[in-house]
Amino acid sequence: MFDFLEGYDLLGAFWVTVQLTVYSAIGSLIWGTLLAAMRVSPVPLMRGFGTAYVNIVRNIPLTVIIVFTSLGLFQTLNVSLGADDFTTINFRLAVLGLIAYTAAFVCEALRSGINTVPVGQVEAARAIGLSFPQVLRLIVLPQAFRSVVGPLANVLIALTKNTTVAAAIGVAEAALLMREMIENEAQLILISAIFAVGFICLTLPTGLFLGWVAKKVAVKR
Amino acid sequence: MTNVLYDVPGPRAKRRNLLYTVVFLAALGVLIWWVVLSLADKGQLEWSKWAPFFTDSRTWSTYLLPALENTLLGAALAMVIALPLGALFGIARLSDHWWVLGAAGTVVEFFRAIPVLILMLFANAAYSQFTDISPSSRPLYAVVTGLVLYNASVLAEVVRAGILALPAGQTDAAKAIGMRKGQTMTYVLLPQSVTAMLPALVSQLVVIVKDTALGGAMLGFSELLASVRPMSANYGANTIAGFTVVAVIFVALNFALTTFAGWLEGRLRRGKKSTGAVVGVDAVEELATPGEHVGQAEETK
Amino acid sequence: MKTLKASVAAAAALALALSVAACGEGGDGDAGSKITIGIKYDQPGLGLKTPDGKYTGFDVDVATYIAKELGYEPGDIEWKEAKSADRETLLQRGDVDFIAASYSINDERAKKVDFAGPYLLAHQDVLIRADDTTITKPEDLSDKRLCSVTGSTSAQNVKAEIAPEAQLQEYGGYSECLTGLENRVIDALTTDDSILAGYAAQEQFKGKFKLGGFKLSNENYGIGVQKGSDLTEKINTALEKMVQDGSWESYVQKNFGPANYKNEPAPKIGVVVD
Repeated sequence: MFDFLEGYDLLGAFWVTVQLTVYSAIGSLIWGTLLAAMRVSPVPLMRGFGTAYVNIVRNIPLTVIIVFTSLGLFQTLNVSLGADDFTTINFRLAVLGLIAYTAAFVCEALRSGINTVPVGQVEAARAIGLSFPQVLRLIVLPQAFRSVVGPLANVLIALTKNTTVAAAIGVAEAALLMREMIENEAQLILISAIFAVGFICLTLPTGLFLGWVAKKVAVKR
Repeated sequence: MTNVLYDVPGPRAKRRNLLYTVVFLAALGVLIWWVVLSLADKGQLEWSKWAPFFTDSRTWSTYLLPALENTLLGAALAMVIALPLGALFGIARLSDHWWVLGAAGTVVEFFRAIPVLILMLFANAAYSQFTDISPSSRPLYAVVTGLVLYNASVLAEVVRAGILALPAGQTDAAKAIGMRKGQTMTYVLLPQSVTAMLPALVSQLVVIVKDTALGGAMLGFSELLASVRPMSANYGANTIAGFTVVAVIFVALNFALTTFAGWLEGRLRRGKKSTGAVVGVDAVEELATPGEHVGQAEETK
Repeated sequence: MKTLKASVAAAAALALALSVAACGEGGDGDAGSKITIGIKYDQPGLGLKTPDGKYTGFDVDVATYIAKELGYEPGDIEWKEAKSADRETLLQRGDVDFIAASYSINDERAKKVDFAGPYLLAHQDVLIRADDTTITKPEDLSDKRLCSVTGSTSAQNVKAEIAPEAQLQEYGGYSECLTGLENRVIDALTTDDSILAGYAAQEQFKGKFKLGGFKLSNENYGIGVQKGSDLTEKINTALEKMVQDGSWESYVQKNFGPANYKNEPAPKIGVVVD
């Protein structure tokens, strides 16, 4: 029943999925934190930009964003992100698109985390003369991060599954291999089932592990 | 909370803020100028690529509007079914009976772990195998089923988190006046947690709207995003124009949804001013604007 | 127990909501007098949904001819989009009566469905910019940037045989490749010459692109029908008649003609060229 699997590099494809996930997760954590900082900053224009960014990006289907990284950034603006072969360019473009999209969700999660920090903490920090960046960096964000591990875990799981969209610009990850296999083998359901199991293997342990972490680091108030 | 994070700006801070604003604005301007210039340079701003959307009403009546209708129908059905189902599973996960707890937990974790697209494919296969739904509406059924299974499990988590976020005293007080478990849930816990859950619920509804687009990729569900393909095949591969128009429609759609939810939230809050102070965590709650809440936050895609 | 009752209620609500939705969709009650045919909606020259809601292309013409021979007027035809990944399933489930959607006959597919025809012999070819003189033979492709549709046979051929050295960009659709070709980021779009000819013949692309004329593979387009269906014989008869009375030739001229596409002679029924 599974003899058709021969000749396909399943593990290699899932390895690309993992790489996409890891790079995008790191990137979106950084960009999402910056966005959250912008949204609570004293400069009105930055607040406006942060709000507009989140509200627009969050409402566009990811496929459109990923396709735009290739059609818009690469083809039209000639941004190749320091690579000169399609495989590397597409991989980096996909990571960029995933970061742009996921960061909006990281930002929103973080902002709800910032809201859980008691006002007294911030007032005390300002009273001892800390500036806005210092308040954010030393007092607010460390506490906010600890309270949003759970929501961020959800974002990470969704990101793992979202990497399948990278197939739209030809990144050779799991979903692209799935399409090739379906094209050749005409075994739609069996092949889908195999890939479903693959994704469960990736996401379920992540979810359980981060759920445990969330409980461990939660700020008891 | 935002205004708590920094002091009221003095003259120096005001000048510094102005400087930041100017620098930021300049950077943004340069970026936009570069994008527009490059687009024009590559001929992507040619009128012939964009004209079909403005001068040819058939573009809308043949491709976009029927597709939009499908998107709306699929999303609306999925929402209407997933919301109660999600609430049910969320409550089941707080049950005192281990078997209810275990069963609900397994279902929720399982469906959250699988990509929605694959759920849709399974649903499509199952419907054709075991039911006699007509082939023309089967993609819709499959899309709705996939969306419901996935989003109901995410909503279950939102509901659970929302209820858990309520102070324990609420349950204790309900017990003290002799309420049964069901009564405590329906009269005390659920009504209070709804306001706190609303932002997270809404962002999940936005996810539902966007995820209808997955049905177009492989199931042949003719939704909005899928309509770009026959359209760009007709109008000289105007992909950039086509995707832009569809993206704008999606943004407008979801913006309408979130605005409505914001309005609803405002009403709910005003309507229950007396109990409002109890909901949520700490005094922060009073400072929060719509969309800034504790609990399970957004979920992507 | 409460949970159980509630979930039954929810299931009932689900069924109800869906059946309401189905009513809105429906209207295909008299199945006897209609025929459902699977075609592509997004391939100029083969199967294309045009702005006035009609369908044009070679596959559409062939399908209409077959339907007529089977006793269905054009008005009795219900067109259904048959995406590449979905074709076998559409037939196996009986969603469509037959499929004419650039459907190449191969062994794996023949295990799942039956094929009538072939009715067209196409070859994998490249579409290049009209002013491009650097690509004159297949070997020139190896240091070029090629583009095709994600996971398609053409894309896999490039990787495995035609130009393993070349860079391959895969997109969800041909239109993205064409945008790349216009933007000079991509040098050649590769897939079946029939599809390429359809694009090149479009009003907007007149004079912009040309076909390479390489025969990189043989694609025998067949009409897909359900396994064991008695339609195969009838469709074969119809196809033979279509070639004999000159309709085939006129369809080829009408759909591929403007693109300077050199078609193969009409294939013999049941003869698959490897």
